[in-house]
Amino acid sequence: MWLYEKKLQYPVRVSKPDVRMAKYLMTQYGGPDGELSAALRYLNQRYTMPTDRAKGVLTDIGTEELAHLEMIATMVYKLLKGVPAEELRRHDLGTHYAMHDSALFLTDASGVPWTAAYIQAHGDPVADLHEDLAAEQKARATYEHLIRLTDDPDLKDGLRFLREREIVHFQRFGETLDHVHGYLTSKKVF
Amino acid sequence: MEDIRLQERVRLLRAIQELEFAAVEWNLFLDTHPDNREALEAYNATVARLNELKREYEAAYGPLVHFGLSPSAYPWRWTDGPWPWEIEY
Repeated sequence: MWLYEKKLQYPVRVSKPDVRMAKYLMTQYGGPDGELSAALRYLNQRYTMPTDRAKGVLTDIGTEELAHLEMIATMVYKLLKGVPAEELRRHDLGTHYAMHDSALFLTDASGVPWTAAYIQAHGDPVADLHEDLAAEQKARATYEHLIRLTDDPDLKDGLRFLREREIVHFQRFGETLDHVHGYLTSKKVF
Repeated sequence: MEDIRLQERVRLLRAIQELEFAAVEWNLFLDTHPDNREALEAYNATVARLNELKREYEAAYGPLVHFGLSPSAYPWRWTDGPWPWEIEY
């Protein structure tokens, strides 16, 4: 089962409301390389991993991604806090407001809703871990784009933390892939 | 007065976030390096210190974790705000 800890993994600060940035950030909430995709991809793939170590890594990284999902939600929540409807419309969030007011919703930056088609599970640990390695790099690149799109130093701080985590996860997945390769090779000795 | 209380809460919360971050990092490292004794000792030391700070925080501001992980003072304090996304750092 899972437990909720009533705290963010890392403090989220924004220095001012910013509708446009909130819109861009949504891609890390409900976009293809976002935190929901990451969490569900890893937590779903773990059932067919061949080694206990790989099951553990996917469980732990998948769980940490849920904490990142909460950080992105907090960024969007804070960036939109107290912003009137006409201001949302001016910055292209009128369509979002029409359906969701200023509630969060799982879409990418263009309003396309999240879909399970963003993620895969092949039941082949080598294929799945390669997907996970690629996912971490795509998320790292997305965070770099987002950092360049804002001049808010407080927001940048939180985004830099998340970017850094993608790099650490990539490292751990790489080690896991090596370990799984070793396991699969040893099994082929008759 | 309310401001001073919030500052104190945020100070303690940030100390917990720092230690728990170290715990997450050691945990992931140990997942792929289970024989590393030095990392394991660092992890266990972090857990001990983190537990102390969490007990201190929970005594002042209510449970950090639900479903049986932490007891609550009267009245039930789990649902008390501010919720994590509402805290200003």
